[in-house]
Amino acid sequence: MNIAVDARKIPAPVFERSPGYWRTVGRRFLRDPVAVGAAAVVLLLVMLALFGPYLTPVDPYQSSMLNRLKPIGTDGYPLGSDELGRDMLSRLMAGARLSLFMGIVPVLCAFVIGTAIGLVAGYAGGRTNTLIMRTIDVFYAFPSVLLAIALSGALGAGIFNSLLSLTIVFIPPIARVAESVTTQVRARDFVEAARASGASAFTIVRVHVLGNVLGPIFVYATSLVAVAMIIASGLSFLGLGVKPPEPEWGLMLNTLRTAIYSQPWIAALPGVMIFVTSIAFNMLSDGLRSAMDIKQ
Amino acid sequence: MIDTPTAPLDDVGGPAQPLLSVRGLTKHFPLKGQLLGGSAGVVRAVDDVDFTVRKGETLGVVGESGCGKSTTARLLMHLIAADTGEIVFDGCVVGSRQLPWKAFRRQVQMVFQDSYSSLNPRLTIEDSIAFAPQVHGVARREAVERARDLLTRVGLEPRRFAERYPHELSGGQRQRVNIARALALQPRLIILDEAVSALDKSVEAQVLNLLLDLKDAFGLTYVFISHDLHVVRYISDRVMVMYLGQVAELGPVEAIFDAPRHPYTQALLASMPTMDPDRRTEEAPLAGDPPNPINPPPGCRFHTRCPHAEAVCKLKAPRVQAGSSSAHAVACLMHEPGSGHGRAARGDTPAMAQAAE
Repeated sequence: MNIAVDARKIPAPVFERSPGYWRTVGRRFLRDPVAVGAAAVVLLLVMLALFGPYLTPVDPYQSSMLNRLKPIGTDGYPLGSDELGRDMLSRLMAGARLSLFMGIVPVLCAFVIGTAIGLVAGYAGGRTNTLIMRTIDVFYAFPSVLLAIALSGALGAGIFNSLLSLTIVFIPPIARVAESVTTQVRARDFVEAARASGASAFTIVRVHVLGNVLGPIFVYATSLVAVAMIIASGLSFLGLGVKPPEPEWGLMLNTLRTAIYSQPWIAALPGVMIFVTSIAFNMLSDGLRSAMDIKQ
Repeated sequence: MIDTPTAPLDDVGGPAQPLLSVRGLTKHFPLKGQLLGGSAGVVRAVDDVDFTVRKGETLGVVGESGCGKSTTARLLMHLIAADTGEIVFDGCVVGSRQLPWKAFRRQVQMVFQDSYSSLNPRLTIEDSIAFAPQVHGVARREAVERARDLLTRVGLEPRRFAERYPHELSGGQRQRVNIARALALQPRLIILDEAVSALDKSVEAQVLNLLLDLKDAFGLTYVFISHDLHVVRYISDRVMVMYLGQVAELGPVEAIFDAPRHPYTQALLASMPTMDPDRRTEEAPLAGDPPNPINPPPGCRFHTRCPHAEAVCKLKAPRVQAGSSSAHAVACLMHEPGSGHGRAARGDTPAMAQAAE
C-alpha cells in the first residue's frame, strides 16, 4: 500500500524507451561488415531478379548463328555469347529472376509449412510429437538431391513441379529445427505461467512461443536458399526443371557444358552466379545468427 | 485501477471453510527407457498427500530436493494431471461443473523460482503482466493499465519499468514482475514455488516483506514452498513437512519449530544453520540422500535413515492422523497408539487398533 505512494513521490527521471529486441539485433547486424556486404549482394540480386529482365542490353532470346561462343570482351558481347550466339550478359541478368525464384519460393513455402508442423509437434509433445517427427524422419532419411530428383521425375518436368518437389524436400529439415526450438521454449517457466493463467494452447503459441522460435528457424531457412538454388539448378541441368530456351543459371550451365573445352570462362559464368548467390545467402544467415545471439 | 483489494470472486464457504483442501493427491511418473512399453517402474513423486489451506494463512511446505514439493505445486495448478486425488477449492470440487479449471485458475496463481525463465524475453514486462487478464476477456488497454498499477504495487515505477524487457531488470526486480503477473488475475491463492530462493539475502528480505504487504492488501492466501527453513519460519502460519512424496508432519509453525514430533522434522531442524557461531552444527543430523522414489522403502519411508526405526517400521506404513485442521498431525508409528512401535503408546482400544491397521 505505502509502496505505491512512495514510488509516486520520487521524481524519477523519464528513461528512454528500451530499444527492443529487433532494433538491438539490427544494430548488431550493421556492425558486422561481412554480414552487411552479404546483405548488399543479396539486395543487388533481388533487384536484378525484379528488374533484370527489363534492363538487358539486348534480347536474351535473340540467337545468332554467326556469333556463337564469342569470348568475353568481344565488341557487343561484354560477357561473350553462348552456344546459340545469345548475349551472356543479357541472359545472366534475365536468368536472375527464375533462379532466385526457384531458390526462395520453395524455401518460403517450406518455412511456413515446416514451422507449423514443428510448432505442433514441439508444443504437443509426447505421442503426437513422436508420430509427427518419425514421419518427418522418413523423408529426412533420403538425401535431399535424390529426393528432389525422384519427386520431380515422378511429377514430371516443369517449373511448378520442381517448386513442389523442392518444397517437400525442405519441409523435414525446417520442421526438425522448429520442433527442437519449440521443445526448448516449451519447457521455460513463462509458458507454464501462461498455461497457469488459463490461456488456450493456440493463444500461448501465438503470443509466447512464436516470437521466440521464428528467429532461429528463419536463420536456418535463409541458409537453405542457397541449397535450394543449387538443387533447382541441378533439376534444370537434368532437364526436370526449367525448359530451354528460358534463361536460368542451372539450365545455362547444362547447355554450355559442351563448350567447356572451347570457352571454359563462358561455360563457368552461370556457375559463378550460383556460387556468389549461395555464398551471399549463407553469409547473410550467418550474420543474422550472430546478431540474434544476444547474451541476456 | 485496483482500488478494491478484495478478490472479485466471492467467498463461497465463509471464513471457517478451508480455502483449499487436498485429498489423496497422487502423481506417479512412468519411467521412460523401455522400448516396447515394458514397465520400467514409476517415480512416486507425490503419493497420497492430504492437506488443507485455510483462508488467509500462509502454509509453508518444506522438504529436501525431490520430496515432491514442486510436483505438488504443479499438480495444484493442473500444469500436470494428477493420477488420483481431489482438490476442493472453497467448497467446490475443482474440475467439476461448479468450478471448471479455467475458473479455478483465475483464483489460484503461481510464482516460479527462476525469475528469468518465467518471463517471456520478447515481451515488455507490462505486456507479460497484461497477458493473463486479456486471456480472461479484459480489453487490452484496461489490462495494460492494470499491469502498470500492479507494477506500482510491487514497487516498480511504471514510467521507468513498464516498457523494459526482462533482461534489462535485476533478479529481484524480475521476481517483483512475476509477483505482479500472478496478481493480475486478482487471485485468492498464490503458490510461491521457491519464489525467493534464487535471490540475494537482502533482496530476498525485501521481496518477503513485499509478499507480506501484498497479502494484507489483497487478502491473499499463500502456499509457500521453500527449502529455507528460516524463511519458512518467518513467513508461515502453518508448516507441512514432506518426505519422499508424502506428508511427514503438518502443524502450526511454532509447534513444528519448537516441538517437532516426526524424527525427520527433528533432523531437518537440527540441520538448520545456526546464527550463533559458537553453537554451530558439527555433524550432519542425517546421513546419506533420501532413498530413490522409484522404489521407496516399504513401511515407513523414513525408516532407512530414522534413528528410532524398529522392525515394525519396515512393515507398517504410518498414517497421518486425521483430525481437525488445527491439529498438529504427524505420520510416525511412534505417535500412533497401538502401532507396535516400542515408543508408541499402548492404547489398544479396538478403535485405535482398527485405525492403525
